[in-house]
Amino acid sequence: MWGRAPSPVQAEPSPAGACRPNMDSNADPVIQYRDVSYHLPDRRPVLQSLNLQVCRGEIVVLLGRSGSGKTTALKLVNRLLEATGGEILIEGRSSCEWDLIRLRRHVGYAIQEVGLFPHYTVARNISLVPAIEDWPKERIEQRLSELLQLTGLGPEIASRFPHQLSGGQRQRVGVARALAADPPILLMDEPFGALDPLTRSDLQREFLGLQQKLRKTVLFVTHDLHEALLLGSRIALLEQGRLVACHSREEFLASSDPLVRKYVEAFATSLANSTPGGRA
Amino acid sequence: MSFWSFLAHNRAQIAGLTLEHLWMVGLSTLFAVAAGIPLGILITRKPGLHKPVIATANIIQTIPSLALFGFLLPAPWIGERAGRLAVLALALYALLPLIRNTYAGIRGVDRAVVEAARGMGLTDWQLLYKVELPLAASVILAGIRVAVVISVGLATIAAAIGAGGLGELIFRGLAMVNNTVILAGAVPAALMALLADVLLGLLERWLAPPRAV
Repeated sequence: MWGRAPSPVQAEPSPAGACRPNMDSNADPVIQYRDVSYHLPDRRPVLQSLNLQVCRGEIVVLLGRSGSGKTTALKLVNRLLEATGGEILIEGRSSCEWDLIRLRRHVGYAIQEVGLFPHYTVARNISLVPAIEDWPKERIEQRLSELLQLTGLGPEIASRFPHQLSGGQRQRVGVARALAADPPILLMDEPFGALDPLTRSDLQREFLGLQQKLRKTVLFVTHDLHEALLLGSRIALLEQGRLVACHSREEFLASSDPLVRKYVEAFATSLANSTPGGRA
Repeated sequence: MSFWSFLAHNRAQIAGLTLEHLWMVGLSTLFAVAAGIPLGILITRKPGLHKPVIATANIIQTIPSLALFGFLLPAPWIGERAGRLAVLALALYALLPLIRNTYAGIRGVDRAVVEAARGMGLTDWQLLYKVELPLAASVILAGIRVAVVISVGLATIAAAIGAGGLGELIFRGLAMVNNTVILAGAVPAALMALLADVLLGLLERWLAPPRAV
């Protein structure tokens, strides 16, 4: 592979072949994977020499089947897992140099299982980090109502407990909680994966609308090509711990890479089968 | 003399012994909680310690109570007063349910909740007291409940080394071959155990988190 970038690093020295957005050359990289590897304690590799950049304001989707290493790649950013090789730069600084707690509060995190605190009301769930950060009470309350509105939740939800919510509402609360302290970066691990198709498509659409307003830097994990095409500024395809391709929507659909083709074809077949005309 | 008239005649003494009993159980439970909960938390953080700690607590549990009282007799300061000795022995017995339930309670917290909490940037300490301990509280309390019920029964044996408590009546009744005297010690002890069980059970239900999601 390409090895580590030459140091010291000032003007963008990312290794050749690293996946970067091609639209504008002055894009500001917020997350940079540099030759990142991760292996399990028994030395089984999960992720190998990943080079990838996520620029300010874009949604990069990590696409791949289960076991492809996409969730691992995500967790390396907020250091729920520590990379065993290479480094990840967050806003130009190596993730290891960040204070762990500061880093995590700088990076919102939403997961499929949501993981709401069952003993807290929705309001306390959402405002936990601002409260820990000692925001003044009025500011927390203002932020709370802002977030409820932003995520399409009624104010009456605030006093409920997670078990009193529907799956879609829970996921909205999860997103609101991830956004609570207004982190510039958002990590999302199949946040809409466990929802019914209608609710999922509602939330996907709303999330796009939200992103138009907020312009967060988003790294989004999914195994669903439809979701990837809908949300992703760019799509990074992972297979067995390796980055296979990283393309914009159009490039992805037009790519000649065999694995990408397989994905696109499987997707096209499922579309054809689901429309009445598609059945012979 | 009937049971009831015996109780009526000796109510002052029985009340005194009951208080002594309660004191032993209460104090020993306090010590067991103070040692057992931190130990239980520790072994969730240091998995290598889990086996040795649980094994030690298990071994203590298997020592017959009379023998444990005997073993502790030569200990300095502790051995000087029967009351101290009894409290220590009871605390040691109560350790196992406390350690085990604290461990199980914390490990039983939904993995997604813990991961979300970590991902949000909670410190280890915040994770523990804002998330894990509140969610494990009812399981930990169930451990305390088991420990208290065991202690109330075991504390009767403390009378054998002169630590007092309701066991005194039981041992006296045994020596006198008088069932009334035995019952005067056994019935209040049984009632105490039942009452503790019911009250702690109510507290446990009150502490249980809203239905887990």
